[in-house]
Amino acid sequence: MPDTAALPGVSEAVALGLTEPEYELIVDKLGRVPNQVELAMFSLLWSEHCAYKHSRRLLRSLPTEGPHVLMGPGENAGAVDVGGGLACAFKVESHNHPSAVEPFQGAATGVGGILRDVFAVGARPVAVLDSLRFGEPASGRSRYLLDRAVAGIGHYGNSIGVPTVGGEVYFEGPYEQNCLVNAMCLGLAPHERLTRSAAAGPGNVLVLMGASTGRDGIGGASVLASAELDEGDEAKRPSVQIGDPFEEKKVMECCLELLDRELLVSLQDLGAAGLTSSAAEMASKGEVGIDLDVARVPLREADMEAFEIMVSESQERMLAVVEPGRVDAVLEACERWEVGGAPIGEVTQSGRLRVLRDGAVEGDVPVAALVDDCPLYDLAPARPDAPVYPAPARTLDPGAGPRETLLALLASPNVASRRPLFEQYDSIVQSRTVRRPEQADAAVLALPGGGALAVSVDGNGRRVACDPYRGTVAAVLECAANLACAGAEPLGLTNCLNFGNPEKPHVAWQLSESVRGLADACRALGVPVVGGNVSLYNEGPEGPIYPTPVVGMVGRMPDASRAGRLGLAREGDALAFAGPFRPHLPGSELAKLRGEPLPEELPAVDLDAAGAALEVVREAVRAGDVACAHDASEGGFAVAVAEAAIAGGLGARIDLREAASREDLDRFLFGEGPGGFVLTGAREVLDAMAGSIPVTVLGEVGGDALVVDLGAGETLEWTVEELREAWSGGLAPLFP
Amino acid sequence: MRARVLVRPKAGILDPQGKAVERALPALGFDGVENVHVGRLIELDVDDPGQLEAMCEKLLANPLIEDYEIQAS
Amino acid sequence: MKLGIVRFPGSCDEVDAQLAAARVGETALLWHGDRDLQGADAVIVPGGFSYGDYLRVGAIARFSPVMESVIDFARAGGPVLGICNGFQVLCEAGLLPGALLPNAGLRFVCRHVDLVVEDAETPFTRACAPGDVLSIPVKHTTGRYHRPPGEDVRVVLRYAPGHNPNGSEDDVAAVANEAGNVFGLMPHPEHAVDPLTGSTDGLAIFESMAAVPARVPAVGGRGA
Repeated sequence: MPDTAALPGVSEAVALGLTEPEYELIVDKLGRVPNQVELAMFSLLWSEHCAYKHSRRLLRSLPTEGPHVLMGPGENAGAVDVGGGLACAFKVESHNHPSAVEPFQGAATGVGGILRDVFAVGARPVAVLDSLRFGEPASGRSRYLLDRAVAGIGHYGNSIGVPTVGGEVYFEGPYEQNCLVNAMCLGLAPHERLTRSAAAGPGNVLVLMGASTGRDGIGGASVLASAELDEGDEAKRPSVQIGDPFEEKKVMECCLELLDRELLVSLQDLGAAGLTSSAAEMASKGEVGIDLDVARVPLREADMEAFEIMVSESQERMLAVVEPGRVDAVLEACERWEVGGAPIGEVTQSGRLRVLRDGAVEGDVPVAALVDDCPLYDLAPARPDAPVYPAPARTLDPGAGPRETLLALLASPNVASRRPLFEQYDSIVQSRTVRRPEQADAAVLALPGGGALAVSVDGNGRRVACDPYRGTVAAVLECAANLACAGAEPLGLTNCLNFGNPEKPHVAWQLSESVRGLADACRALGVPVVGGNVSLYNEGPEGPIYPTPVVGMVGRMPDASRAGRLGLAREGDALAFAGPFRPHLPGSELAKLRGEPLPEELPAVDLDAAGAALEVVREAVRAGDVACAHDASEGGFAVAVAEAAIAGGLGARIDLREAASREDLDRFLFGEGPGGFVLTGAREVLDAMAGSIPVTVLGEVGGDALVVDLGAGETLEWTVEELREAWSGGLAPLFP
Repeated sequence: MRARVLVRPKAGILDPQGKAVERALPALGFDGVENVHVGRLIELDVDDPGQLEAMCEKLLANPLIEDYEIQAS
Repeated sequence: MKLGIVRFPGSCDEVDAQLAAARVGETALLWHGDRDLQGADAVIVPGGFSYGDYLRVGAIARFSPVMESVIDFARAGGPVLGICNGFQVLCEAGLLPGALLPNAGLRFVCRHVDLVVEDAETPFTRACAPGDVLSIPVKHTTGRYHRPPGEDVRVVLRYAPGHNPNGSEDDVAAVANEAGNVFGLMPHPEHAVDPLTGSTDGLAIFESMAAVPARVPAVGGRGA
C-alpha cells in the first residue's frame, strides 16, 4: 500500500465533491483512511450522478411491472417483448453538463453512451431520438449550443449507421445557463440474446474491449454532474470526452457477434466513472468480488496513475466477463473486428474490488461500500410560496387578433418546423423507417413479420413548472397520445428527470410531485417504467431549470402499413375535434408569447377519460377509419389543424359558430391541455366514434386555405402556403 | 525524421469551410481578414523523406482538388 | 443474376443495398479484406462512412483488397454501382472522373430530392426514359460533385431545379464512365424501393441492372 504520509484527507474529499460526513462514513466502512485511488473511486460512485442519492428512494414508487416487460430498471437498458420472438431494449439518458461545456462532443458522446447501454444488453440499436432544451434563440450562446449539439448528435448517429428518427427541442429562458441534451435509443434483440450485467463465476476473466484508455473526462462525474455550473468553466474543458463513432461501430458489431455465439457471461458498458463504476456494479449485482490489474489496461497516454486509469471516461469501451476457456475466442473476434481486447482482471469470491498494478495492491474496498452502502438522502420538499421563475418576455403585440396570433405561434421557436434540425440526421438507414419526422405524431419502425414499433419522446418543462404533478401527468399523456395517433399501444416507458438542486426545498417539491405524477399516470395507463436516468443540480445563479421530466415511450402496432399520418389527406373528409379536451390558456404557448406569468397550477386531468380516448383513437387509426390523426399540444387546436393542413398540403373549412363564442375564441383556438385530437375521415365514421369519446365534427377538408367561420359574417382565413411559410421559417435563421 | 505535409484546397475550388471562417472572424471583432482557406496538416516520422512526394500523390492528397506542400526538417 | 455488395469497416447502408438488390437477384456481401468477388455479375459499393471518412472520404477504402478486384472487374467491363460513399470510393480509385467535395452548406443533409434522368442508355438507367423524374433520398455531408476541368463527363442524373442539396456543379447527381459500366450517384436508390418506407422510384436502378422487374423479397426485411 502507498506511504501513509501521501494519503489524501477531508479537504481532498470535499474538493472531489464528497461531504465531510460522507468522508467519515467511508473511513468507517474501510476501517481506515482511504488512499488516493480509493478516494477517487468513492468520490465518483458516491456522486449524485452515479448513486442517485437524492432520488433513489423516490424512484421506488414508480410502477415497473407489466405483461410485456422482459427486463426492468437496474440493467443497462430495460426491455419489452414486441412479438415474433423479439425484444426491444430502450432507455433515455442525459449528458447535460458535458454539453454545456463542449456541445458537439457532449451531445455526440451522449449518443455514444446510450447506444452502448442498448447493445450492452444484447440489442442491436435501431433508432435514436434526441430531447433538447436551450435558452431563447435571441441568445447567441443558446444558438451556438443548439447548432453544435445538433451537429454532434448527427455526427455520431449518422456515422454509426443508426437512424435518428425523432426528438424534440424547446427554447425557454430557464435553460439559458443549463442546457439539456437527453438521448434515447432503442434496439432489437432475439429474446435469447438479452444479456444482464451481473458478474458471475469466480475465476472468470474480465476482458476490456474497445478503445484504449486516456485521460478523457477524468473527474467528470463528480466535478461536473454534482455541482451547479458557474462562469469560468473553461478549465473543465481538458476533461472533455471525445467520441469516435467509427470505433463504436466496430465494438458494437464485435459485441453482438460475441453474444450471438454465447461467448460472454455478462457485459457492461463503461460510462460515467469508467472502469470503477462498471466493475463495481457488475460485482455488486453478482454479489462477487473483482480484481483488476491496471497495468494490463491498454493505454493511450503514457504514465497514467492508477486512479486515472480507474476513473477515465474514455469512450467506446465495454467490460465483459468471460469463462477462461473462451477468452481466446473472444480476443480473436476482437482482432477480426479491429477492436482492442485485453484481459485485465478476474472475478473473485472476496466481495471486494481490488485495484492491482503488476501484483501490488493499489486499492482495496468492499463492493457493498462502493455501491449499496452509499447514503441515500430524503428530500425536504416544500411548495414555494413565491414564483420561482420570471414571466417570459413578451413577443406578441397585445392587440394581435386570432389571424396574426396563429401565424405568430407557427413561427415561434417552440412550434415552428424542426426540419432544419432533423435534416441533419439520417432518419432512414437500416431501412425500417415507416414514418419519418413530420409524417406522423410518432416515429414508426417496421418489424420483421409486418408489425411495427412507434416511439416518441416528450416533456414540456414549462407546464411542469406551472404544476409539477399535473404537468408530468400531461407529459405522459402527450407521449401516449403521440403513439395512439400513429396506431400504437404503449409497451413501456423510460424517463430522464432533469431538475435543479434537490437540496433546495422548492426543487425537492418539484421532483417529488413530478415523480408522483409520473407514477400515477403510468399506473392509470398501464405502462410500466423499465428504466431511466436522473440529472440533478441543473441550476445556475439565476435559479433552476424548469423541472423537466423527459418521457420516452415505445409502443407496438400489428400492421405497419396502417401507421397513422398527421396530414390532411382527402378532399371531402369530415374534420373533427375529439377527446376529453378542456383547453386552458394559462401556461400555454400563447400565454408565453403574451409575456404572462406562469399560473400556480393547471386544471385537473381525468386520467380514465384520457386513457379511454387513447384507445379509441388508436383503434380508429389501426382500422384505417381516419385519414389523419394528430394530437393537439403546443398552440392548441388551431395549431394542430394548421400543422395537419401544412403536412397534407390541403386546406379545410371549419365552422365554429356553435362551438366557440367570440369572447371564448382565444381559449378555444389556442388553449392547451391533454386529451385533444384532430381527426379526419368519413362523416359516418367520426359520428360513430361519438358513442365512445366526445367528438365534435367541425368542418371539412379541401381547398387551399384554412377558413374558419366565426358567425355574423366573420371569417378567419389563411392560405396553406402562408401557414407553411410562417411555420417553416421559424427556426431556419438559427441554421444559416 | 519528422516531416509535415500541408494539404490545401486547390485555388478556384469553392471552399465553404474557408468562407465560414472568414465570415465568423469579423463577428468576433477581427477585421481586415480575407482569403481564408482551410486545409489539413499531416505530421509523420519517416525514414526516407524521398518517399513523401509519392505518399502525397497516392494517398495524403487528392491532386484533382488539393495542393500539397512538404516540409521536411 | 448475382449482385455482390462490398462491406468496409464503417459501411452503413450495405445491408440496405443488399435488401434492395435481393428484389432483383441473388446477393452476397463482399468483405473488404477478401479479393474474392464470389462470382458476382455486378458489384455495388454502398453508402456509409468507410474507415470513418478519415483523411478524405473514400481515400482509404479504395486501397482495400476487395477494391483491387473491383477495379479489375470494372476494367473488364463488369457493371459497378457506387452509392454515396461508394461514389466517393470509385472517384478516388480513378474508375469515375471527378471528386466529391463538402456540401456548400457544410451540413449533413437528409431529404428526398427529385432527380431528372439525363442518360437512359447505361445498364443502370435503361429501365428509365430520358426526362423521367425519380424521387430518391440523399443523406451526406460530402456530395458536391466537381468535374475535372476541361474533361467531358457522362452525366446520368441531375438534381431537378430547386432540388440540388449540396451545390454540385451543374446539378450533377450521378455520372458514369465513358463505357457506361461504372456508375456513381450520391442519392440512395436502395432507400426508395419499398412502398412501406416511401418512394419506390429507386427500383428502376436495380431493375435496369438485372434487366428483370423487381419481385417481393423472400424474407420480410431486416431482423435484429
